[in-house]
Amino acid sequence: MGLLDKQFNSGGVMVTKLDDLINWARLSSMWPMTFGLACCAIEFMSAGASIYDLDRFGMAPFASPRQSDVMIVAGTVTFKMADRVRRLYEQMAEPRYVVSMGSCSNCGGPYWEHGYHVVKGVDRIIPVDVFVPGCPPRPEALIGGLLKLQEKIRGESLMAPTAIEKMMAERV
Amino acid sequence: MDVDEVITNLKGELSQEVSIEEAENCSPRAIIVPPELLKKVCEILYRNKNFYFDMLSCLTGLDNGPEANTMEVIYNLYSIPFDQSLMIKVILDREKAQVDSVVDIWRTADWHEREAFDLYGIQFIGHPDLRRILLPADWEGHPLKKDYEHQKYYRGIKVEY
Amino acid sequence: MKLLFTGLSLVNMENSAISGFGEVLIFVIGGILFLCGGLFTAWIVRPSRPNEEKLTTYESGEEPLGNAWGRINIRFYLVALIFLLFEVEIIFLFPWATVFGSKALIISTDGNWGWFALVEMFVFLGILAIGLAYAWVKGFLDWPKPKVEKKEIDSPVPGDLYQEVNRKYSA
Repeated sequence: MGLLDKQFNSGGVMVTKLDDLINWARLSSMWPMTFGLACCAIEFMSAGASIYDLDRFGMAPFASPRQSDVMIVAGTVTFKMADRVRRLYEQMAEPRYVVSMGSCSNCGGPYWEHGYHVVKGVDRIIPVDVFVPGCPPRPEALIGGLLKLQEKIRGESLMAPTAIEKMMAERV
Repeated sequence: MDVDEVITNLKGELSQEVSIEEAENCSPRAIIVPPELLKKVCEILYRNKNFYFDMLSCLTGLDNGPEANTMEVIYNLYSIPFDQSLMIKVILDREKAQVDSVVDIWRTADWHEREAFDLYGIQFIGHPDLRRILLPADWEGHPLKKDYEHQKYYRGIKVEY
Repeated sequence: MKLLFTGLSLVNMENSAISGFGEVLIFVIGGILFLCGGLFTAWIVRPSRPNEEKLTTYESGEEPLGNAWGRINIRFYLVALIFLLFEVEIIFLFPWATVFGSKALIISTDGNWGWFALVEMFVFLGILAIGLAYAWVKGFLDWPKPKVEKKEIDSPVPGDLYQEVNRKYSA
């Protein structure tokens, strides 16, 4: 556990302001990991190129899992690749986020019935934050998904999670 | 060149009794060869100076299902000098599908035979390195068989949709 | 950093007792402080949940096999050394070029300065070129080429049949 991560029980001006600062820093520099599994990677590339320009969101593709924050699973995840994807996810530094891009990695896509070799959804191997539908999704859709991810990060907090405790309290 | 000519030539070199016949509804026209003769037939087609089939364009596996209880291996040959195509079919027993490898005649057959082994489980006798080529080494079963049932879990990942 | 600079110049103005080495020391201390500051902040903010997968050295999806102490061909070292030699030579050429064109020196030596400097530099380059020639003659620049294994195929097809195909399609 880090020093501040999920260590606070009650908020307050200091903690919420610190939350805002840290979240702002994190959501403005989401470095995606450079890897593509199929044709979605082409759209991912063009999203990073000059017209769509992911750089304006502070996203610089990085070729190592150690320094990257976002894993964009762009393409068909086969069972042969699943182990590698899982290991790459484990090797990413926290906080880490996963965007599942395209039908194949969302649910198996066109291989859902007869694709014996395709993992039917990358969420079976790693936790996914945002699903981007499409086959393949246009760069606009990917950017839309990344903006959703930014929203999600904006809502994060240093406070210890209390949802379960609240639910239990309501039950009694 | 005619398929009849091919058959006559083959029978001339092997013996008149062998059952080599033309397959119906095939394009390019095909001959059906008994599996135990395949290696010899291929050798003859490769070396005979009337044909010189020096290229194996493709090698395909085929499963006819449990009712027919047969499997086929289909060889597409091409002769560069004479610009001729020929198809050879071998019909195998589905329970014990095995046939001689043709790797030492056409090197192309190496990976093609591995693929047919990977997806259909056909054994190629005499192949130098018969491993799975596409699927992971610890995969169970041969997916293009008609009665293939995929495993429930592969390394802890659910396979079913 | 800018603050540190102004601070330093203030110190210099008021008390010139601080020597050049002192300034370097202040820079070193400043650098260490900045480094520690960054690491400390990261330690405060980051979540830290290591596991076995994450702590592996090799950062790729593949399972590492074998020894990390792989051997590298000694020729890489030699080529790097020769490259370094000529890189250093270029570094020497830059200050030489500025002194070479110095007007004051040219005037005060009646123009002989230019010739002297030019000849001197060519002597320097010549020594290095001899070194390169030596390495060349000794064969250190010959990159080892991988041996191509040729599979001999005894094709039963006579070569002139293929030639005929070539003729047919080149016409």
